[in-house]
Amino acid sequence: MAENQRILVCAGTGCASSGALPIIDILNEELKRQGLEKTVSVVGTGCQGFCEKGPTLVIEPQQILYTRVTAEDVAEIIEQELVKGERVERLLLVDQATQKPVSLMSDIKFFAKQHRIVLQNCGVIDPKKIEEYAARDGYKGIEKALKGMSPEEVMEEVKKSGLRGRGGAGFPTGVKWGFCRSTPSDKKYIICNADEGDPGAFMDRSVLEGDPHSVIEGMLIGAYAIGADEGYVYCRAEYPLAIKNLGIAIKQAEEAGYLGDNILGSGFNFHLKVFEGAGAFVCGEETALMASIEGKRGMPRVRPPFPAVSGLWGKPTNINNVETWSNIPHILRNGAEWYGQFGTEKSKGTKIFALTGKVNNTGLVEVPMGTTLREIIFDIGDGIQGGKKFKAVQIGGPSGGCLPEDMLDLAVDYDTLTQAGAMVGSGGLVIMDETTCMVDIARYFLNFSKKESCGKCTPCREGTTRMYEILDRITKGEGKEEDLDTLENLAMTIKETSLCGLGQFAPSPILATLKYFRHEYEAHIRDHKCPAHNCSALLSFTIDTEKCKSCSLCAKNCPTNCITGDKKTNTPYVINEENCIKCGTCMDKCKFGAVSRS
Amino acid sequence: MDPKEIKLDEIINRHKNDNGPLIPILQGAQEVYGYLPAHVIKHISKATRIPVARIYGVVTFYAQFRLTPVGRNLINICLGTACHVRGGAKIVETIEKELKIKDGATTEDGRFTLEVVACIGACGLAPVISINNEVHGRLLPEKIAGILAKYE
Repeated sequence: MAENQRILVCAGTGCASSGALPIIDILNEELKRQGLEKTVSVVGTGCQGFCEKGPTLVIEPQQILYTRVTAEDVAEIIEQELVKGERVERLLLVDQATQKPVSLMSDIKFFAKQHRIVLQNCGVIDPKKIEEYAARDGYKGIEKALKGMSPEEVMEEVKKSGLRGRGGAGFPTGVKWGFCRSTPSDKKYIICNADEGDPGAFMDRSVLEGDPHSVIEGMLIGAYAIGADEGYVYCRAEYPLAIKNLGIAIKQAEEAGYLGDNILGSGFNFHLKVFEGAGAFVCGEETALMASIEGKRGMPRVRPPFPAVSGLWGKPTNINNVETWSNIPHILRNGAEWYGQFGTEKSKGTKIFALTGKVNNTGLVEVPMGTTLREIIFDIGDGIQGGKKFKAVQIGGPSGGCLPEDMLDLAVDYDTLTQAGAMVGSGGLVIMDETTCMVDIARYFLNFSKKESCGKCTPCREGTTRMYEILDRITKGEGKEEDLDTLENLAMTIKETSLCGLGQFAPSPILATLKYFRHEYEAHIRDHKCPAHNCSALLSFTIDTEKCKSCSLCAKNCPTNCITGDKKTNTPYVINEENCIKCGTCMDKCKFGAVSRS
Repeated sequence: MDPKEIKLDEIINRHKNDNGPLIPILQGAQEVYGYLPAHVIKHISKATRIPVARIYGVVTFYAQFRLTPVGRNLINICLGTACHVRGGAKIVETIEKELKIKDGATTEDGRFTLEVVACIGACGLAPVISINNEVHGRLLPEKIAGILAKYE
């Protein structure tokens, strides 16, 4: 048996909801039963990134990955893997191309093509233990800064690295710090924006859950460079595990002398608090976020003055998001030049993407800036689920856009994506196949923006509602020819006149889908057809009485019990349209092809 | 004195002297009472000297706060982009039909409260719902009835 054997069980939100937590206990019990508890240790880690196949566990040092592990598999894994040194083949990942099982992480495309800097500790260490972070060069960055660098030198290093804000807009981080540093004041604040509201993005949650100390260290370095002595992490209440792990980490950092007064004997003070958000997407906007910390309704205000001049409680404030802060320790430890070797000329470093939707491997993916969408979706993501055809990739959440297949060779960096009508945004990549309707997607995002609009400025409050109403009509087959022009007009007005980013970018999903998928809008309006067979108002399901064998399988599985017939008397089954929600379950279940969709 | 009120006063005293105490106090109060009844809001107003109108403004702004009691089991249906693309809307419709209530409502027997949320960050398992913070993933409409039956 190999030395230093560890079993890393992913205990992130994804795997925990797939049932990972009981597995940790059972592993420990089983190891004890077999007398292996002294030689093998079990670690509950943060997100390993491979949510689709969860619960996942990794055997170290061999780096063998087991997927979809259940409590019943535990004894077998220990017996086979740890005692005999053989694989449990049925729990290994199957490569979609070769249809063969792969065991080593380095052979799995999902991991092999990634380059993990920010995520290097996620899924590897126990996030609840500061020693494990320290053992992987943790807090070396702040030590280096405090012991041998002036605040100006730290800021220069960050500027030189070329790091740009990972929250979406891509503003150079070092330059942003400089604004706040150069404002004279007796008190300054820094804030970590962990209000990850973009539906379809969860990298910030995973970093906070899996490697909270890296965020704390990044903020320490930032506070030192800027001259702030107090900081907040503004985290969504929807992320209970992230808040918990971060709280533990802050307490440990205080006890270890990394947070508090006179840090490491340098005379530098820094105190960090967690503020739990109360659920408002607009609070991701920095002025709204600060209003929220102040205990007010989270509504944005006009800038200038920018937060760097007048922020939290009127004091100069610097805000960066989780991923940005988490990059900082690596830059300080390894130097700006090292960091600059990753990425493209204008977008340095790596970016984490949350790969979701109709793709085989969903999960968290960290790649150098400049990687193409094709590599991310088809190599790392292993292509489209169920052998269906790729239609579009949605990037950047409600502020981003959808890109079609012929844009797949675009390099992912800030400037290229903005030019194409999308944006890096927070890094959500939602993959859509031929069954996804693009008009419905635009409607979905406008519904989101409409609900989340804070109501302060008219273009956003009224405009998003009007655009949603038009899109809703189109998806019901009630669209008019002039609707598309009206949409474009409204979109441009709202883009130019809204107060904050939420409104300014709310029309993006419409503009991008109109640009690349205009034919789908036209099919809804002119032919009253949804080419993707998705919009339920334009769909109907019928059962062919000739083909129906009265097996009752459709009726048994119908979630709304709207299919009737009789198995005993061989009466063919019929769908009652009134209650039908057009979910298509009957069609999937029918073994005789009797259900048709039109 | 009502034990809930003692807890409420503890929460108020803990945060009263902080900068911007209102949201943490409201969060704490909601944890104690399950929602924010009018008398609690008035009490907080008196203790913190923040006008009721301002508190009401904050309460109605944020999705987390509720002014009506919640059912015994809280269902959050995720309609984040990933869940939407993988059929989340069908899950909403199925649950709404099954429980005969709409988004935001509570069943007559007080057994379930239904809420559609934007993203619970378990996109890898889409479509997902969470009931009392317990996440159920990779859902199909036909699985719903069985899951709901587990909650009394």
